[in-house]
Amino acid sequence: MENFEPVIVAFVCNWCTYTAADLAGTSRLSYPKNVRLIRVMCTGMVDPQYVIKALLGGADGVLVSGCHPGDCHYINGNYKARRRIKLLKEILPQFGFEPERLRLTWIGASDGIQFAEIMRDLVKELKELGPSQAKLKMVV
Amino acid sequence: MATTATINVKDQDLLASLKSFCVTLLEQENISAILVPQRLPMKSMAMPTLVTDADQLAGIDPLSPAFPMNGAKVLAKLTRRPSGGKIAAMMRPCEIRAFIELVKLKQARTEDVVLIGLDCLGAFRNTDYFRFAGDDAAAATQRFYEGVLAGKDAAMDGADLTPACKACEHSVPDSADIALGLWGVDTGTGILAQAQSPAGEALLKQLSLPTAEVPQARKEALARLLESRTAYRHKMFADTAAATNSVEKLGNYMANCVNCYNCRVACPVCYCKECVFVTDVFNHDPAQYLRWAQRKGAVKMPTDTVFYHLTRLTHMSTACVGCGQCSNACPNDIPVMELFRLVGHRTQAAFAYEAGKSVEENPPLSVFKEDEFQEVVGL
Repeated sequence: MENFEPVIVAFVCNWCTYTAADLAGTSRLSYPKNVRLIRVMCTGMVDPQYVIKALLGGADGVLVSGCHPGDCHYINGNYKARRRIKLLKEILPQFGFEPERLRLTWIGASDGIQFAEIMRDLVKELKELGPSQAKLKMVV
Repeated sequence: MATTATINVKDQDLLASLKSFCVTLLEQENISAILVPQRLPMKSMAMPTLVTDADQLAGIDPLSPAFPMNGAKVLAKLTRRPSGGKIAAMMRPCEIRAFIELVKLKQARTEDVVLIGLDCLGAFRNTDYFRFAGDDAAAATQRFYEGVLAGKDAAMDGADLTPACKACEHSVPDSADIALGLWGVDTGTGILAQAQSPAGEALLKQLSLPTAEVPQARKEALARLLESRTAYRHKMFADTAAATNSVEKLGNYMANCVNCYNCRVACPVCYCKECVFVTDVFNHDPAQYLRWAQRKGAVKMPTDTVFYHLTRLTHMSTACVGCGQCSNACPNDIPVMELFRLVGHRTQAAFAYEAGKSVEENPPLSVFKEDEFQEVVGL
Protein backbone atom coordinates (compact mmCIF):
# COMPACT_ATOMS: atom_id res chain seq x y z
CA MET A 1 0.00 0.00 0.00
CA GLU A 2 3.04 2.24 -0.12
CA ASN A 3 2.04 3.57 -3.50
CA PHE A 4 -1.59 4.03 -2.50
CA GLU A 5 -3.03 7.20 -3.98
CA PRO A 6 -6.44 7.98 -2.48
CA VAL A 7 -9.23 9.22 -4.72
CA ILE A 8 -11.09 12.15 -3.21
CA VAL A 9 -14.37 13.48 -4.55
CA ALA A 10 -14.88 17.08 -3.43
CA PHE A 11 -18.21 18.87 -3.76
CA VAL A 12 -17.24 22.54 -3.68
CA CYS A 13 -19.56 25.52 -3.79
CA ASN A 14 -19.34 27.91 -6.69
CA TRP A 15 -19.03 31.05 -4.58
CA CYS A 16 -16.41 30.16 -1.98
CA THR A 17 -14.42 26.95 -2.16
CA TYR A 18 -14.42 26.67 -5.95
CA THR A 19 -13.29 30.27 -6.14
CA ALA A 20 -10.59 29.47 -3.58
CA ALA A 21 -9.46 26.53 -5.75
CA ASP A 22 -9.36 28.89 -8.71
CA LEU A 23 -7.32 31.36 -6.69
CA ALA A 24 -4.92 28.58 -5.66
CA GLY A 25 -4.46 27.81 -9.35
CA THR A 26 -3.96 31.39 -10.51
CA SER A 27 -1.55 31.89 -7.59
CA ARG A 28 0.43 28.89 -8.97
CA LEU A 29 0.03 26.98 -5.71
CA SER A 30 0.30 23.24 -6.14
CA TYR A 31 -1.88 20.66 -4.42
CA PRO A 32 -2.17 16.86 -4.83
CA LYS A 33 -3.95 15.68 -7.96
CA ASN A 34 -5.93 13.09 -5.95
CA VAL A 35 -8.82 15.53 -5.63
CA ARG A 36 -11.67 15.49 -8.15
CA LEU A 37 -13.53 18.76 -7.80
CA ILE A 38 -17.24 18.84 -8.53
CA ARG A 39 -18.55 22.37 -8.61
CA VAL A 40 -22.04 22.80 -7.18
CA MET A 41 -23.89 26.08 -6.80
CA CYS A 42 -24.13 25.63 -3.02
CA THR A 43 -23.26 22.94 -0.46
CA GLY A 44 -26.96 23.09 0.40
CA MET A 45 -27.69 21.20 -2.84
CA VAL A 46 -25.48 18.23 -1.99
CA ASP A 47 -28.00 15.44 -1.48
CA PRO A 48 -26.62 12.76 0.88
CA GLN A 49 -27.16 10.46 -2.07
CA TYR A 50 -24.23 12.11 -3.93
CA VAL A 51 -21.90 11.31 -1.04
CA ILE A 52 -23.08 7.70 -0.86
CA LYS A 53 -22.68 7.27 -4.61
CA ALA A 54 -19.11 8.56 -4.45
CA LEU A 55 -18.22 6.23 -1.58
CA LEU A 56 -19.87 3.19 -3.14
CA GLY A 57 -18.27 4.06 -6.47
CA GLY A 58 -14.85 3.69 -4.89
CA ALA A 59 -13.89 7.13 -3.57
CA ASP A 60 -11.54 6.87 -0.59
CA GLY A 61 -12.77 10.15 0.77
CA VAL A 62 -15.50 12.72 0.16
CA LEU A 63 -15.13 16.39 0.94
CA VAL A 64 -17.99 18.86 1.03
CA SER A 65 -16.74 22.42 1.22
CA GLY A 66 -18.51 25.75 1.11
CA CYS A 67 -18.69 29.27 2.49
CA HIS A 68 -18.11 30.09 6.13
CA PRO A 69 -21.26 30.29 8.27
CA GLY A 70 -22.94 33.61 7.59
CA ASP A 71 -21.29 33.98 4.18
CA CYS A 72 -23.55 31.67 2.15
CA HIS A 73 -24.53 33.22 -1.18
CA TYR A 74 -27.98 31.71 -0.62
CA ILE A 75 -28.10 32.83 3.03
CA ASN A 76 -28.22 29.44 4.77
CA GLY A 77 -27.38 26.57 2.38
CA ASN A 78 -24.21 25.72 4.30
CA TYR A 79 -26.14 25.31 7.57
CA LYS A 80 -28.40 22.79 5.82
CA ALA A 81 -25.34 21.01 4.45
CA ARG A 82 -23.95 20.74 7.97
CA ARG A 83 -27.12 18.94 9.13
CA ARG A 84 -26.86 16.51 6.21
CA ILE A 85 -23.22 15.77 7.00
CA LYS A 86 -24.22 15.19 10.61
CA LEU A 87 -26.88 12.77 9.35
CA LEU A 88 -24.40 10.90 7.14
CA LYS A 89 -21.89 10.70 9.96
CA GLU A 90 -24.55 8.95 12.05
CA ILE A 91 -25.36 6.47 9.30
CA LEU A 92 -22.16 5.62 7.42
CA PRO A 93 -19.93 4.45 10.32
CA GLN A 94 -22.47 1.68 11.05
CA PHE A 95 -21.52 0.15 7.71
CA GLY A 96 -17.79 0.35 8.26
CA PHE A 97 -17.05 3.69 6.59
CA GLU A 98 -14.53 5.44 8.84
CA PRO A 99 -15.80 8.90 9.85
CA GLU A 100 -12.56 10.40 8.47
CA ARG A 101 -13.67 9.54 4.94
CA LEU A 102 -16.34 12.22 4.99
CA ARG A 103 -15.28 15.79 5.69
CA LEU A 104 -16.97 19.17 5.73
CA THR A 105 -14.92 22.36 5.61
CA TRP A 106 -15.54 26.05 5.15
CA ILE A 107 -13.05 27.60 2.73
CA GLY A 108 -13.77 31.21 1.71
CA ALA A 109 -13.20 32.67 -1.75
CA SER A 110 -9.99 34.39 -0.70
CA ASP A 111 -8.51 31.34 1.06
CA GLY A 112 -6.45 29.97 -1.87
CA ILE A 113 -3.52 29.11 0.36
CA GLN A 114 -5.77 27.39 2.89
CA PHE A 115 -7.44 25.41 0.10
CA ALA A 116 -4.12 23.97 -1.04
CA GLU A 117 -3.12 23.20 2.56
CA ILE A 118 -6.38 21.41 3.35
CA MET A 119 -6.08 19.29 0.21
CA ARG A 120 -2.53 18.29 1.17
CA ASP A 121 -3.61 17.44 4.73
CA LEU A 122 -6.61 15.47 3.52
CA VAL A 123 -4.56 13.38 1.12
CA LYS A 124 -1.99 12.72 3.85
CA GLU A 125 -4.68 11.57 6.30
CA LEU A 126 -6.35 9.31 3.77
CA LYS A 127 -3.03 7.76 2.78
CA GLU A 128 -2.53 6.82 6.42
CA LEU A 129 -6.08 5.47 6.63
CA GLY A 130 -5.60 3.28 3.55
CA PRO A 131 -8.01 2.37 0.75
CA SER A 132 -11.76 2.26 1.35
CA GLN A 133 -13.15 -1.21 1.95
CA ALA A 134 -16.01 -0.37 -0.38
CA LYS A 135 -13.55 -0.24 -3.27
CA LEU A 136 -11.90 -3.51 -2.25
CA LYS A 137 -14.87 -5.62 -1.25
CA MET A 138 -18.02 -4.30 -2.90
CA VAL A 139 -19.49 -6.00 -5.94
CA VAL A 140 -21.33 -2.75 -6.76
CA MET B 1 -58.83 17.85 33.54
CA ALA B 2 -59.17 15.94 30.34
CA THR B 3 -62.30 13.91 29.88
CA THR B 4 -61.91 10.20 30.66
CA ALA B 5 -64.85 7.98 29.81
CA THR B 6 -65.75 4.38 29.25
CA ILE B 7 -67.30 2.58 26.31
CA ASN B 8 -69.46 -0.19 27.75
CA VAL B 9 -68.69 -3.75 26.74
CA LYS B 10 -71.31 -6.50 26.76
CA ASP B 11 -70.59 -10.25 26.65
CA GLN B 12 -66.84 -9.67 26.28
CA ASP B 13 -67.49 -8.57 22.72
CA LEU B 14 -65.04 -5.71 22.12
CA LEU B 15 -65.76 -5.48 18.41
CA ALA B 16 -69.49 -4.96 19.06
CA SER B 17 -68.63 -2.14 21.48
CA LEU B 18 -66.25 -0.51 19.02
CA LYS B 19 -68.93 -0.83 16.38
CA SER B 20 -71.52 0.93 18.50
CA PHE B 21 -68.93 3.58 19.32
CA CYS B 22 -68.40 4.13 15.59
CA VAL B 23 -72.16 4.28 15.01
CA THR B 24 -72.41 6.97 17.69
CA LEU B 25 -69.56 8.85 16.03
CA LEU B 26 -71.34 8.77 12.68
CA GLU B 27 -74.51 10.11 14.31
CA GLN B 28 -72.65 13.30 15.26
CA GLU B 29 -73.47 16.14 12.93
CA ASN B 30 -69.87 17.29 12.70
CA ILE B 31 -68.52 13.87 11.68
CA SER B 32 -69.16 13.03 8.03
CA ALA B 33 -67.27 9.78 7.75
CA ILE B 34 -65.23 7.28 9.66
CA LEU B 35 -62.08 5.55 8.51
CA VAL B 36 -61.87 2.17 10.15
CA PRO B 37 -60.46 -1.28 9.32
CA GLN B 38 -63.09 -3.81 8.27
CA ARG B 39 -63.12 -7.39 7.11
CA LEU B 40 -64.39 -7.25 3.60
CA PRO B 41 -66.79 -9.82 2.24
CA MET B 42 -64.49 -10.80 -0.61
CA LYS B 43 -61.38 -11.44 1.49
CA SER B 44 -60.59 -12.08 5.12
CA MET B 45 -57.87 -9.39 5.52
CA ALA B 46 -58.96 -6.29 7.46
CA MET B 47 -58.59 -3.21 5.24
CA PRO B 48 -59.23 0.48 5.99
CA THR B 49 -62.71 1.51 4.82
CA LEU B 50 -64.20 4.98 4.59
CA VAL B 51 -67.75 4.69 5.92
CA THR B 52 -70.56 7.23 5.86
CA ASP B 53 -73.49 4.84 6.44
CA ALA B 54 -73.71 3.26 9.90
CA ASP B 55 -75.28 0.15 8.31
CA GLN B 56 -72.00 -0.50 6.53
CA LEU B 57 -70.02 -1.29 9.65
CA ALA B 58 -70.77 -5.02 9.84
CA GLY B 59 -67.18 -6.14 9.33
CA ILE B 60 -65.55 -3.62 11.68
CA ASP B 61 -62.32 -5.12 13.00
CA PRO B 62 -59.66 -2.74 14.37
CA LEU B 63 -58.42 -5.47 16.73
CA SER B 64 -57.49 -7.95 14.04
CA PRO B 65 -53.85 -9.08 14.05
CA ALA B 66 -53.92 -8.32 10.31
CA PHE B 67 -51.89 -5.26 9.35
CA PRO B 68 -51.85 -5.23 5.57
CA MET B 69 -50.80 -1.59 5.23
CA ASN B 70 -49.99 1.51 7.24
CA GLY B 71 -53.12 3.63 6.90
CA ALA B 72 -51.25 6.95 7.23
CA LYS B 73 -50.91 7.34 3.46
CA VAL B 74 -54.61 6.61 2.99
CA LEU B 75 -55.54 9.23 5.54
CA ALA B 76 -53.12 11.69 3.88
CA LYS B 77 -55.02 11.20 0.61
CA LEU B 78 -58.26 12.07 2.44
CA THR B 79 -56.95 15.14 4.22
CA ARG B 80 -54.37 16.81 1.99
CA ARG B 81 -56.98 19.38 0.94
CA PRO B 82 -60.24 20.43 2.62
CA SER B 83 -62.91 17.83 1.83
CA GLY B 84 -65.87 19.75 3.19
CA GLY B 85 -66.37 17.26 6.00
CA LYS B 86 -64.68 15.86 9.04
CA ILE B 87 -63.35 12.30 9.27
CA ALA B 88 -62.92 10.27 12.42
CA ALA B 89 -60.00 7.91 11.79
CA MET B 90 -59.54 4.84 13.96
CA MET B 91 -55.94 3.73 13.64
CA ARG B 92 -53.02 1.99 15.27
CA PRO B 93 -50.46 4.14 17.12
CA CYS B 94 -47.82 3.65 14.41
CA GLU B 95 -50.31 4.73 11.75
CA ILE B 96 -51.07 7.89 13.71
CA ARG B 97 -47.37 8.59 14.20
CA ALA B 98 -46.69 8.17 10.49
CA PHE B 99 -49.65 10.44 9.72
CA ILE B 100 -48.14 13.12 11.95
CA GLU B 101 -44.89 12.87 9.99
CA LEU B 102 -46.84 13.37 6.75
CA VAL B 103 -48.58 16.41 8.23
CA LYS B 104 -45.18 17.93 8.96
CA LEU B 105 -44.10 17.17 5.40
CA LYS B 106 -47.18 19.10 4.21
CA GLN B 107 -48.68 15.99 2.62
CA ALA B 108 -51.60 15.75 5.05
CA ARG B 109 -53.65 18.06 7.27
CA THR B 110 -55.07 17.65 10.76
CA GLU B 111 -57.86 20.21 10.35
CA ASP B 112 -60.49 17.82 8.96
CA VAL B 113 -59.71 14.76 11.01
CA VAL B 114 -60.14 13.47 14.53
CA LEU B 115 -57.54 10.82 15.26
CA ILE B 116 -58.94 7.98 17.32
CA GLY B 117 -56.11 5.78 18.48
CA LEU B 118 -56.63 2.31 19.81
CA ASP B 119 -54.18 0.56 22.14
CA CYS B 120 -52.26 -1.74 19.83
CA LEU B 121 -52.14 -5.44 20.57
CA GLY B 122 -49.66 -6.04 17.75
CA ALA B 123 -49.96 -7.77 14.41
CA PHE B 124 -48.82 -10.77 12.39
CA ARG B 125 -47.06 -10.84 9.06
CA ASN B 126 -49.55 -11.08 6.19
CA THR B 127 -48.57 -14.67 5.43
CA ASP B 128 -48.83 -15.69 9.10
CA TYR B 129 -52.18 -13.94 9.43
CA PHE B 130 -53.78 -15.85 6.56
CA ARG B 131 -52.69 -19.14 8.09
CA PHE B 132 -53.89 -18.05 11.54
CA ALA B 133 -57.28 -16.76 10.39
CA GLY B 134 -58.18 -19.71 8.21
CA ASP B 135 -61.79 -19.45 7.08
CA ASP B 136 -63.14 -17.50 10.02
CA ALA B 137 -61.47 -14.13 10.42
CA ALA B 138 -64.01 -12.90 12.98
CA ALA B 139 -63.29 -15.81 15.30
CA ALA B 140 -59.55 -15.32 14.70
CA THR B 141 -59.71 -11.71 15.87
CA GLN B 142 -61.59 -12.72 19.01
CA ARG B 143 -59.13 -15.55 19.73
CA PHE B 144 -56.26 -13.08 19.29
CA TYR B 145 -57.46 -10.22 21.49
CA GLU B 146 -58.82 -12.48 24.21
CA GLY B 147 -55.51 -14.30 24.38
CA VAL B 148 -53.36 -11.17 24.39
CA LEU B 149 -55.52 -9.27 26.88
CA ALA B 150 -55.55 -12.30 29.19
CA GLY B 151 -51.78 -11.93 29.32
CA LYS B 152 -50.96 -14.89 27.11
CA ASP B 153 -48.10 -14.90 24.65
CA ALA B 154 -49.23 -13.41 21.35
CA ALA B 155 -47.61 -16.34 19.56
CA MET B 156 -50.47 -18.68 18.77
CA ASP B 157 -51.20 -21.40 16.26
CA GLY B 158 -47.86 -21.01 14.51
CA ALA B 159 -48.25 -17.26 14.07
CA ASP B 160 -46.33 -14.70 16.09
CA LEU B 161 -46.15 -10.93 16.37
CA THR B 162 -43.84 -9.35 13.82
CA PRO B 163 -40.38 -8.31 15.05
CA ALA B 164 -41.53 -4.69 14.50
CA CYS B 165 -44.36 -5.18 17.00
CA LYS B 166 -42.15 -7.05 19.45
CA ALA B 167 -39.70 -4.13 19.44
CA CYS B 168 -42.40 -1.43 19.57
CA GLU B 169 -42.48 0.95 22.55
CA HIS B 170 -45.60 2.74 21.31
CA SER B 171 -48.51 0.43 22.09
CA VAL B 172 -50.45 3.44 23.31
CA PRO B 173 -51.60 6.17 20.90
CA ASP B 174 -50.03 9.17 22.64
CA SER B 175 -50.53 11.49 19.66
CA ALA B 176 -54.22 10.68 19.07
CA ASP B 177 -57.04 13.14 19.78
CA ILE B 178 -58.99 10.40 21.54
CA ALA B 179 -57.17 7.35 22.91
CA LEU B 180 -59.06 4.10 23.43
CA GLY B 181 -57.36 2.03 26.11
CA LEU B 182 -57.24 -1.76 26.43
CA TRP B 183 -53.99 -2.57 28.27
CA GLY B 184 -54.55 -2.90 32.00
CA VAL B 185 -58.25 -2.11 31.58
CA ASP B 186 -61.04 -4.44 32.62
CA THR B 187 -62.21 -5.00 29.07
CA GLY B 188 -64.94 -7.34 30.31
CA THR B 189 -66.92 -4.24 31.27
CA GLY B 190 -65.54 -1.34 29.27
CA ILE B 191 -62.98 0.25 26.98
CA LEU B 192 -61.23 3.34 28.31
CA ALA B 193 -61.67 6.55 26.25
CA GLN B 194 -59.39 9.50 26.99
CA ALA B 195 -59.34 12.94 25.36
CA GLN B 196 -55.79 14.02 24.56
CA SER B 197 -56.32 17.27 22.62
CA PRO B 198 -58.86 20.10 22.45
CA ALA B 199 -60.45 18.48 19.36
CA GLY B 200 -60.66 15.14 21.14
CA GLU B 201 -62.00 16.79 24.27
CA ALA B 202 -64.80 18.50 22.33
CA LEU B 203 -65.83 15.32 20.54
CA LEU B 204 -65.68 13.08 23.59
CA LYS B 205 -67.81 15.52 25.61
CA GLN B 206 -70.33 15.56 22.78
CA LEU B 207 -70.67 11.75 22.88
CA SER B 208 -71.72 11.90 26.58
CA LEU B 209 -70.27 8.53 27.53
CA PRO B 210 -70.21 7.52 31.21
CA THR B 211 -67.13 8.99 32.88
CA ALA B 212 -64.43 6.74 34.26
CA GLU B 213 -61.08 6.68 36.02
CA VAL B 214 -57.84 5.34 34.60
CA PRO B 215 -57.40 2.02 36.42
CA GLN B 216 -54.27 1.57 38.57
CA ALA B 217 -53.44 -1.64 36.76
CA ARG B 218 -52.99 0.21 33.47
CA LYS B 219 -49.80 1.97 34.45
CA GLU B 220 -48.25 -1.27 35.64
CA ALA B 221 -49.37 -3.22 32.58
CA LEU B 222 -47.86 -0.59 30.29
CA ALA B 223 -44.59 -0.50 32.24
CA ARG B 224 -44.27 -4.30 31.97
CA LEU B 225 -45.00 -4.16 28.26
CA LEU B 226 -42.47 -1.38 27.69
CA GLU B 227 -39.82 -3.29 29.58
CA SER B 228 -40.16 -6.44 27.50
CA ARG B 229 -40.36 -4.45 24.25
CA THR B 230 -37.24 -2.45 25.08
CA ALA B 231 -35.33 -5.61 25.96
CA TYR B 232 -36.28 -7.17 22.62
CA ARG B 233 -35.31 -3.98 20.81
CA HIS B 234 -31.89 -3.85 22.48
CA LYS B 235 -31.10 -7.36 21.34
CA MET B 236 -32.47 -6.68 17.87
CA PHE B 237 -30.27 -3.58 17.55
CA ALA B 238 -27.16 -5.44 18.72
CA ASP B 239 -27.75 -8.35 16.34
CA THR B 240 -28.51 -6.08 13.38
CA ALA B 241 -25.51 -3.84 14.05
CA ALA B 242 -23.22 -6.89 14.13
CA ALA B 243 -24.75 -8.25 10.92
CA THR B 244 -24.15 -5.04 8.94
CA ASN B 245 -20.96 -3.51 10.31
CA SER B 246 -19.10 -3.46 6.99
CA VAL B 247 -20.07 -2.73 3.42
CA GLU B 248 -19.45 -6.36 2.60
CA LYS B 249 -21.81 -7.50 5.35
CA LEU B 250 -24.41 -4.94 4.34
CA GLY B 251 -24.18 -6.38 0.84
CA ASN B 252 -24.81 -9.85 2.26
CA TYR B 253 -27.69 -8.56 4.38
CA MET B 254 -29.34 -7.14 1.26
CA ALA B 255 -28.20 -9.95 -1.04
CA ASN B 256 -31.72 -11.22 -1.76
CA CYS B 257 -33.03 -7.78 -2.75
CA VAL B 258 -34.42 -7.76 -6.27
CA ASN B 259 -35.00 -3.98 -6.42
CA CYS B 260 -38.77 -4.41 -6.41
CA TYR B 261 -39.02 -1.30 -4.17
CA ASN B 262 -42.00 -2.80 -2.31
CA CYS B 263 -40.47 -1.57 0.95
CA ARG B 264 -40.50 1.98 -0.35
CA VAL B 265 -44.11 1.68 -1.58
CA ALA B 266 -45.21 0.19 1.75
CA CYS B 267 -43.32 2.82 3.75
CA PRO B 268 -45.77 5.42 5.07
CA VAL B 269 -43.12 8.12 5.42
CA CYS B 270 -41.17 7.68 2.17
CA TYR B 271 -42.34 11.07 1.05
CA CYS B 272 -41.02 11.71 -2.49
CA LYS B 273 -43.76 11.95 -5.11
CA GLU B 274 -41.51 10.15 -7.53
CA CYS B 275 -38.62 8.06 -6.27
CA VAL B 276 -35.32 8.91 -7.97
CA PHE B 277 -34.63 5.19 -8.30
CA VAL B 278 -37.43 4.75 -10.83
CA THR B 279 -36.39 7.74 -12.92
CA ASP B 280 -34.05 7.78 -15.89
CA VAL B 281 -31.18 8.66 -13.54
CA PHE B 282 -30.96 4.93 -12.83
CA ASN B 283 -31.81 3.78 -16.32
CA HIS B 284 -28.11 3.54 -17.06
CA ASP B 285 -26.62 3.34 -20.48
CA PRO B 286 -25.97 -0.31 -21.46
CA ALA B 287 -22.28 0.54 -21.94
CA GLN B 288 -22.16 1.69 -18.30
CA TYR B 289 -23.08 -1.80 -17.04
CA LEU B 290 -20.28 -3.26 -19.16
CA ARG B 291 -17.78 -0.78 -17.72
CA TRP B 292 -18.86 -1.69 -14.19
CA ALA B 293 -18.54 -5.37 -14.93
CA GLN B 294 -15.11 -4.89 -16.49
CA ARG B 295 -13.83 -3.00 -13.46
CA LYS B 296 -13.96 -6.08 -11.25
CA GLY B 297 -14.77 -8.82 -13.70
CA ALA B 298 -18.36 -9.16 -12.46
CA VAL B 299 -21.22 -7.02 -11.29
CA LYS B 300 -24.34 -8.11 -9.43
CA MET B 301 -27.53 -7.43 -11.35
CA PRO B 302 -29.74 -5.58 -10.79
CA THR B 303 -27.29 -2.90 -9.68
CA ASP B 304 -27.69 -0.06 -7.15
CA THR B 305 -29.27 -2.24 -4.44
CA VAL B 306 -27.13 -1.15 -1.50
CA PHE B 307 -27.15 2.39 -2.91
CA TYR B 308 -30.96 2.34 -2.87
CA HIS B 309 -31.22 1.23 0.74
CA LEU B 310 -28.56 3.67 1.95
CA THR B 311 -30.28 6.52 0.14
CA ARG B 312 -33.62 5.62 1.67
CA LEU B 313 -31.96 5.56 5.09
CA THR B 314 -30.69 9.11 4.63
CA HIS B 315 -34.02 10.31 3.28
CA MET B 316 -36.51 8.85 5.77
CA SER B 317 -34.77 7.31 8.78
CA THR B 318 -35.43 10.44 10.87
CA ALA B 319 -39.14 9.96 10.13
CA CYS B 320 -39.22 6.16 10.65
CA VAL B 321 -41.96 5.12 13.07
CA GLY B 322 -40.98 1.44 13.03
CA CYS B 323 -44.31 0.11 11.75
CA GLY B 324 -42.53 -2.76 9.98
CA GLN B 325 -44.48 -2.57 6.74
CA CYS B 326 -41.18 -2.62 4.80
CA SER B 327 -40.43 -6.11 6.11
CA ASN B 328 -44.05 -7.15 5.61
CA ALA B 329 -43.83 -6.12 1.96
CA CYS B 330 -40.50 -7.77 1.19
CA PRO B 331 -40.99 -10.76 -1.12
CA ASN B 332 -37.68 -12.28 -0.05
CA ASP B 333 -37.93 -11.90 3.73
CA ILE B 334 -35.06 -9.43 4.11
CA PRO B 335 -35.18 -8.02 7.68
CA VAL B 336 -35.59 -4.45 6.39
CA MET B 337 -37.36 -3.06 9.46
CA GLU B 338 -34.55 -4.19 11.77
CA LEU B 339 -31.96 -2.16 9.86
CA PHE B 340 -34.16 0.91 9.38
CA ARG B 341 -35.15 1.01 13.04
CA LEU B 342 -31.52 0.65 14.12
CA VAL B 343 -30.38 3.53 11.93
CA GLY B 344 -33.53 5.58 12.60
CA HIS B 345 -32.97 5.24 16.32
CA ARG B 346 -29.49 6.71 15.90
CA THR B 347 -30.37 9.52 13.50
CA GLN B 348 -33.40 10.57 15.54
CA ALA B 349 -31.27 10.60 18.70
CA ALA B 350 -28.62 12.68 16.91
CA PHE B 351 -31.17 15.43 16.30
CA ALA B 352 -33.03 14.92 19.60
CA TYR B 353 -36.11 14.12 17.55
CA GLU B 354 -38.80 11.49 17.89
CA ALA B 355 -40.76 10.62 14.76
CA GLY B 356 -44.52 10.93 15.09
CA LYS B 357 -44.50 12.51 18.52
CA SER B 358 -45.77 15.99 17.82
CA VAL B 359 -46.75 18.20 14.89
CA GLU B 360 -44.94 21.03 16.67
CA GLU B 361 -41.45 19.52 16.25
CA ASN B 362 -39.95 20.26 12.84
CA PRO B 363 -38.40 17.41 10.83
CA PRO B 364 -34.65 17.62 11.59
CA LEU B 365 -33.54 18.22 8.02
CA SER B 366 -36.01 21.04 7.44
CA VAL B 367 -34.45 23.33 10.03
CA PHE B 368 -31.03 24.32 11.41
CA LYS B 369 -29.43 26.41 14.10
CA GLU B 370 -26.52 28.70 13.51
CA ASP B 371 -24.49 27.30 16.34
CA GLU B 372 -24.64 23.51 16.23
CA PHE B 373 -22.75 20.36 15.22
CA GLN B 374 -19.34 22.11 15.15
CA GLU B 375 -17.78 18.67 15.59
CA VAL B 376 -18.57 17.64 12.00
CA VAL B 377 -16.72 20.63 10.53
CA GLY B 378 -13.01 20.73 9.72
CA LEU B 379 -10.28 18.19 9.17
